[in-house]
Amino acid sequence: MLGPFLETLIGGLLTGVLYSLVALGFVLIFKASGVFNFAQGAMVLFAALTIARLAGAIDNKEVFLGQFVAAAAVLGVALALVGWYVWREYMARGGGGDERRKVLLLSLLGAVAGGAAAYAYGKGAWPMWLAIAATAAIMGLLAYAIERLVLRHLVNQEGIILFMATLGIAYFLDGFGQTLWGSDIYKINLGLPKDPIFLFEGVFPGGLLVDPGDLVAAVIAAVLVIVLALFFQKTRIGRALRAVADDHAAAQSVGIPLNMIWLVVWTVSGLVALAAGLIWGAKLGVQFSISLIALKALPVLILGGFTSVPGAIVGGLIIGAGEKLSEVFLAPILVKQFDLAGGGIENWFAYMLALVFLLFRPQGLFGERIIERV
Amino acid sequence: MLYREAGQFKTTYGADQQIFPILQDRIFVLAVIAAALLVVPLFASQYLYTEILIPFLILSLAAIGLNILVGYCGQVSLGTGGFMAVGAYAAYNLWLRVPEANNLIVVFLFGGLMSAAVGILFGIPSLRIKGFYLAVATLASQFFLDWLFARVKWLTNYTPSGSVAVGDTSAFGWKIDTPMERYLFILAFVVVATVVAKNLVRGHIGRSWMAIRDMDIAAEIIGFRPLRTKLTAFAVSSFFIGIAGAMWAFLRLGAWEPLAFDINRSFQILFMVIIGGLGSLLGSFLGAAFIVLTPIVLNQLPGWFGVKMSTALLSHLEFMVFGAMIVFFLIVEPHGLARLWAIAKEKLRLWPFPH
Repeated sequence: MLGPFLETLIGGLLTGVLYSLVALGFVLIFKASGVFNFAQGAMVLFAALTIARLAGAIDNKEVFLGQFVAAAAVLGVALALVGWYVWREYMARGGGGDERRKVLLLSLLGAVAGGAAAYAYGKGAWPMWLAIAATAAIMGLLAYAIERLVLRHLVNQEGIILFMATLGIAYFLDGFGQTLWGSDIYKINLGLPKDPIFLFEGVFPGGLLVDPGDLVAAVIAAVLVIVLALFFQKTRIGRALRAVADDHAAAQSVGIPLNMIWLVVWTVSGLVALAAGLIWGAKLGVQFSISLIALKALPVLILGGFTSVPGAIVGGLIIGAGEKLSEVFLAPILVKQFDLAGGGIENWFAYMLALVFLLFRPQGLFGERIIERV
Repeated sequence: MLYREAGQFKTTYGADQQIFPILQDRIFVLAVIAAALLVVPLFASQYLYTEILIPFLILSLAAIGLNILVGYCGQVSLGTGGFMAVGAYAAYNLWLRVPEANNLIVVFLFGGLMSAAVGILFGIPSLRIKGFYLAVATLASQFFLDWLFARVKWLTNYTPSGSVAVGDTSAFGWKIDTPMERYLFILAFVVVATVVAKNLVRGHIGRSWMAIRDMDIAAEIIGFRPLRTKLTAFAVSSFFIGIAGAMWAFLRLGAWEPLAFDINRSFQILFMVIIGGLGSLLGSFLGAAFIVLTPIVLNQLPGWFGVKMSTALLSHLEFMVFGAMIVFFLIVEPHGLARLWAIAKEKLRLWPFPH
């Protein structure tokens, strides 16, 4: 009895890590801008589609050359900008001149160089690292577009209006990704071992069955969380992000540019979406249902608290484990007792679990205490 | 010139408290209802009924229900689809199991009542959970109800596929069969329900909802009981939504499965409420019209310009344009179409003078 229980528990916890990865993207944006970003799931899908397509899940190579060139151009722009930024920060302090024109020129050069390189060499599939880099650049561009075209115009609106706007963005991205890259089911091959491995064979009869892909995914997620935590605690931008999360107006009054902060948060959560898309895509194949993963991450979010990074992790583990355990152990009892047409209770069990937790702690496990004043 | 209240003196309290205090408004609304009742049946085609008018009216009713909860009482709910499903399946089971009650009005009201009961149940957490936490918590009801109707065989009368169908629909011996009859029946129902909703939101109970919405602690201190106020909002809202769900199932679909009331339905209705305008019954209608018509227009648009496209590409483009339009609307007018209407009316009062 203990063996299957532990096996389910471990499987659940590993899945839970992936949920927390998606929830992390939500938390980052909510913390910094108070936007409940429903488009996170769509961003995951978009990133996964882009990687899959660029890394060579293609049947007709000629048709997609244009998209290759475009992706490379974006990558080129990103490289040029990052290079310019580094150069300005560390090499040429105090240099004057017309910066805007320089930036424009550099981006153009980067785009042309990237596009030309892609045209020359990129007719087949790209190697995975290049595809990931290009997708990261594209997610950055996406963050910029969202900040520029949507959020900037909705400053000071009520939370529900912003939520609805992100729902609109989600629709747009779902459509855009599939228009651009097609809607077939693609495979992302990360070269992970596929054969299940057995742990603790000495302790339990038959050992515990664990999917190595899940294990790798969990490690990636853990690394990502640590990197993010360091980023938040140790860097200058991280400190600015925390300041904005604490108090918008105060942060602005000490000279923190809000627009820049939003751009950074959306880019970071775009990158988190990329990681999530990569792992989910490798696990399940890239398809439309990936964007529904956002719905799986929501109970994690309310359980852990909207504003807490550790909350997203712990919440993810609880939800993942609870979901799998309920499906394996509770569902058969329910089916037998009430003569149901199959189990499938994991869809709502996570929500009910979160709901029960919330009845005791309305701000989630680690959320900031909600203080109400008249 | 035409639209001006000058000279319309209110000499009684009754006259002062009318729903439409301005004579021109009364005439306009009556004219619209009369036209919908008398003129539309003269020329409407089957397509117009089943694809535009019937969905518009039913979803307007659902939007009114959700608007009561979100717009008037300030409790964001993402579980509308689930409550519509409760209405639909409750109505179906009454219709199936109690032949004496084979009267659409009775059946629909029963669906509404059951939905209200479930709404109260899922409204209880709203006392402790607020804001987006509540919004996500209401998703629990959506997924649980979806699951319930897909899995509990008794509710779907043990049909193997899980999809159910209704035949023979009538009310007081009037057999409601053709699209026109359905349309007229729904129209009557929606008009009555709208009047009821209007009177609720402008009365004592509506004011208590709005007090809770604007600041619940302050409302509590001046004597509104949050428990009762929030739960009545959940009950009334789910009642309307349940009736809309029963109508959608019986008069729009005829045969359906739980997928007809999934989470996309919830979002669709929420879009109607937000685009139409929070806290406005007129907005519910405008929003419903917008959300019903937009996909149809987008679908037809390439054809009008003679562009041929594959259906997959078309549906993806539709998604894109729809999402972009939502964002555009929210940026241009976050208070919704009802606000545009109010601005237009303000302008009309002064027309043709600028001040």
